[in-house]
Amino acid sequence: MELFKEDKVYNFLGKGKIFFFASFVLFFLAITIVATKGFSFGIDFTGGTVVQVKYTQTAPIDKIRESLQKSKLFEHATVTEFGSPQEVVIKTPSSTVGLNNDIGDTTKEILKGTGDFEIRRVDMVGPKVGDELRVKGLTAFLLTLMAIMATVTFRYEWRFALAAIIAIVHDIVITFGFVSYFEVDFNIESVAALLMILGYSIHDTIIVYDRVREHIEESKETNFVQIINEAVSRTQSRTTLTSLTVFFVVLTLFIFGGDIMMGFSFPMLIGVIVGTYSSIFVAAQLVVWTGFSVADYRQKMAEKVKMRAEKEKMRAQFEQGIV
Amino acid sequence: MKLNFRLVLLIAATIFGIVFSLPSLTQSERGAKVTLGLDLQGGLHMLLGVKTEEAVASQLKSVASGINRFAERNDIVIDSLSATSDMVTFELLDNDDAVALDGYLKKVEGTVVKATGGSYQVTIAPAEVEKLKVRAVDQAIETIRNRLDQFGLAEPTVAKQGVDKILVELPGIKTIEEEQRARELISRAAKLELMAIDEDRAMRVNDMDEAEATGFGDKILPDALQPNGKHLVREIPILDGTMLTNAQVGYDQNNNPTINFTLNSDGAQIFGDFTAKSVGKRLAIVLDGKVYSAPVINERIGGGSGQISGNYTTAEANDLAIALRSGALLAPIYMMEKRSVGPSLGADSIRASLLALVSGFGLVVLFMMFYYGLAGVIANLAVVINLFIILALMSLMGATLTLPGMAGIVLHIGLAVDANIIINERIREGFRAGIPTRRAIAEGYQKAMRAILDSNVTQLLACTILYVYGTGAIKGFAVTLSMGLLASMLTAIVGSYGIYQLFMHRIEKSKNYTLWFGMSRRKGA
Repeated sequence: MELFKEDKVYNFLGKGKIFFFASFVLFFLAITIVATKGFSFGIDFTGGTVVQVKYTQTAPIDKIRESLQKSKLFEHATVTEFGSPQEVVIKTPSSTVGLNNDIGDTTKEILKGTGDFEIRRVDMVGPKVGDELRVKGLTAFLLTLMAIMATVTFRYEWRFALAAIIAIVHDIVITFGFVSYFEVDFNIESVAALLMILGYSIHDTIIVYDRVREHIEESKETNFVQIINEAVSRTQSRTTLTSLTVFFVVLTLFIFGGDIMMGFSFPMLIGVIVGTYSSIFVAAQLVVWTGFSVADYRQKMAEKVKMRAEKEKMRAQFEQGIV
Repeated sequence: MKLNFRLVLLIAATIFGIVFSLPSLTQSERGAKVTLGLDLQGGLHMLLGVKTEEAVASQLKSVASGINRFAERNDIVIDSLSATSDMVTFELLDNDDAVALDGYLKKVEGTVVKATGGSYQVTIAPAEVEKLKVRAVDQAIETIRNRLDQFGLAEPTVAKQGVDKILVELPGIKTIEEEQRARELISRAAKLELMAIDEDRAMRVNDMDEAEATGFGDKILPDALQPNGKHLVREIPILDGTMLTNAQVGYDQNNNPTINFTLNSDGAQIFGDFTAKSVGKRLAIVLDGKVYSAPVINERIGGGSGQISGNYTTAEANDLAIALRSGALLAPIYMMEKRSVGPSLGADSIRASLLALVSGFGLVVLFMMFYYGLAGVIANLAVVINLFIILALMSLMGATLTLPGMAGIVLHIGLAVDANIIINERIREGFRAGIPTRRAIAEGYQKAMRAILDSNVTQLLACTILYVYGTGAIKGFAVTLSMGLLASMLTAIVGSYGIYQLFMHRIEKSKNYTLWFGMSRRKGA
C-alpha cells in the first residue's frame, strides 16, 4: 500500500503564509488561555493531598462532602468521581507533617458511616517538595533545549537549530494550551509527556532536516524553497506513517490508561498531532525565514572538505618525513 | 542462504533478550528480575525530612548535663545552668574553681567556650555543627532501617536523598492499619530521659507557666497516662537513652506489659550516684517528652536497670522496645511526601497498562503488515525482539518498572517501528528510481542511518538530562525509553538488514515488490 504519490513535489511553502497565520493564531490563543485559565496543577507541584476511595456501592458524593466539611483539613477540599461511579477522589490543598496521624488516617475516620469503602491511594506532598519539583522540571526542560540546540548546530547549522527550537516551543505551547483549556491535571507525568513531545518533535524535525541537507549536498538546486518543498514531500510519507503508529498507541493509552494516566496521555495525544503538523508545515519553513543561504552553506561545506584534504595531505607529508 | 554477521548479532540479541527476560515474565524465584514499582504492586512510599537543627540542640543539652555532673562531683557551685537551641550558659560562683572547670570544658570536643567574669557561654563550633547535622541524617537512616528490619517487612528501602532527606519505601504494606503501625514505629523519637523532679517547687506546678519554670531551670512536662497531669522536672536530665544497652518487654505484678531497660556501666554509675543522694525524692522516667512514671527513690539503685510502665498492649510495648533498642533519633523527622497505593489499585493499573500495551502493539503490527507486506513483518519481528531486550536489560539492572515506565514502553512501540518506516520508505524510493534490488536495499539502509543516528543521539541526550534531573517516576520513564532507543538501533537497523541479506536471493529472483515491500506493481519495476 502507498499513501503518497512518490514523484510529486507538493508546494508546501507556497501556502506558507496560511500555515504561519494558523500557527500564529493557535500559539497566541494557547498563551492567552494559559495566562487567563492557568493550569490545574496536581499536588506534585502545589502540595496537598489526594485520597482515592472506592465504595462497594455507588459513592455517596453529597454525604462525603457533608462529612468532610466538619474538618478544617478539608476546608477547601473537592470531591469528584474518578473513573467509575463507585470511586471518588478527594483533593485538598492541606498536607500533614506528622507521621503519626496523617490525612489518610483522618479521612478514614471522617468517612466512617458513609458506607462500605476502601482507601486505595493516599498521595500527600508537602509544600517544599512541590517547589523543588518545579525548579527541577524547569531546569531539565531548559537544559534539554540547550542540548538540542548544541547537537543540531553541530550536525547542521545554527539557523536549523534555532528553527527547530521555535518549532518545539510552538508544539509545546499549543499542546499545553489544550491541557489548560480542558482543565486536565498537570502533574509530574505531564512533565514526562512534555519532554516526550519535545523528543518526538525534534525527531520528526531532524528527519526532515536530514533530507534538506542531503538535497543541498547532492543536488544542483539553488532555490532553497524548492529544496525544502522536495525534502518535505519526500519525507511526508514516513512522517504520516510514524505519526499514525504513535497516534495508535497514544490513543490506546488514552482510552485504557484511565484517569490516572490522563496527565500523561492527554498532552501526548495533542502533542503528536501538533508535532506532526509542525514538522511538515512549520519547522522547515522557519529555516527559510532565518535567512539561510544555500550558496553560503555549500561554500562552507566546500571549505570544510578542502581543509580536511589539506590536513590529510600535511599528515601524509609528515608521515613520509617531508616536513 | 547464508548466515551473515548482522543475522548472527540479531540471533544473539534475541537469545539474550529471551533468556534474561524469562525470570521476570514467569515470576520465577531464580534470576534477576524487574521489580514492580510501588504504584503497580501497592505499598508505601515516603520522603522524610530531618530536622537537623534539633540534633544540635540536643547535643547542647547533653553538654549541659555533663557540666552539671562534673560540677556536682567536684563540688563546684554553678548557677542558672541553661541550654537553649544554640548555646549553654551558666554562672560560676567561686572563681577559684575556674581552672578545674576550664580544664573540663577544654576536654569537651567541638565546643567553643567564652567566659567573661563568671559568666560562661558554651556554643558548638560551626564545623562540628555541620558534622552533627550529617550524622543526624545518617543515624536516622540507620535507626529507621534497624526498626523496619525488626518489624519484619519484606525488602524495605531506606535511602538518603539530597542532604537532609530520607526515602522510605515499603512494598509489603497492604492495609491502612499496617501502614499506620509502620509509620508510628519509624517516627517514634524513642528518646528516653531520666529526670529529677524539682521537689522544692513541685507543689506549685499547676499554677506555674513555662516562663516561670524556665526561670528556675525547670521544665513542665505532661503526664503520659493522666490527661491533665503535669510534672515539674529539672531541665537538665540526669541521663538519656544513649546510655541504654537493652530494652525488653516484661510484665508487672498485674500482668500488664512493661518495658524493662538496662543501662551501660557509665549510665549505671551515674544512676547509682544520683539515687544515692536523692533518697526520698522522685525520679521521672520521661519518654519522648512525656512522664511515664515518677517513683519515689527509696534507696540507692545499682545495676542500672529500670522499668517503664504504661497502658500498653503487648504489640505497642513490643514496638516501643524495638524503637528503644534501635536507639533514639538524634533529630526528629517529618513527612515531606507520602504516596500509598493499595494492592487492588496497583493490580488495576497493571491491567490497564497491559491492555494498552497489547492493543497498541496489535494495532501497530497489523498496520505495518498491511502497509509494507513482508517488510512490515520483519519490522514487527524487530519490535518484538526489541521488547524482550528492554525487559532483559531492565531485569539485569534490577530496574523498577513504574506506571510511567509502562507508558514509556507502550509509547516506544509506536516509535520503534519508525526506524523501519524510514528505511522502508528509502528502499521504495530506490525501487521507484529503478535501482536494482540489492543496491536499493543497501542504499536505503545507508541513507536512513544518518537521520536515525542524528535523531537518536539527540534523544539519548535528552533522556540523560531527564534521568539526572528527574525524580522517581520520571527517572523510570527515562530509563525505559533510552534502553528502547539503544535496543531499536540494534534490532531495527542492524538486525532487519540481516534478515534481508538472508533472503536477498529470493527477493531478487521474485521481484515481487508487492509481497516484499507492499508497493503497488508498476511498469519497469
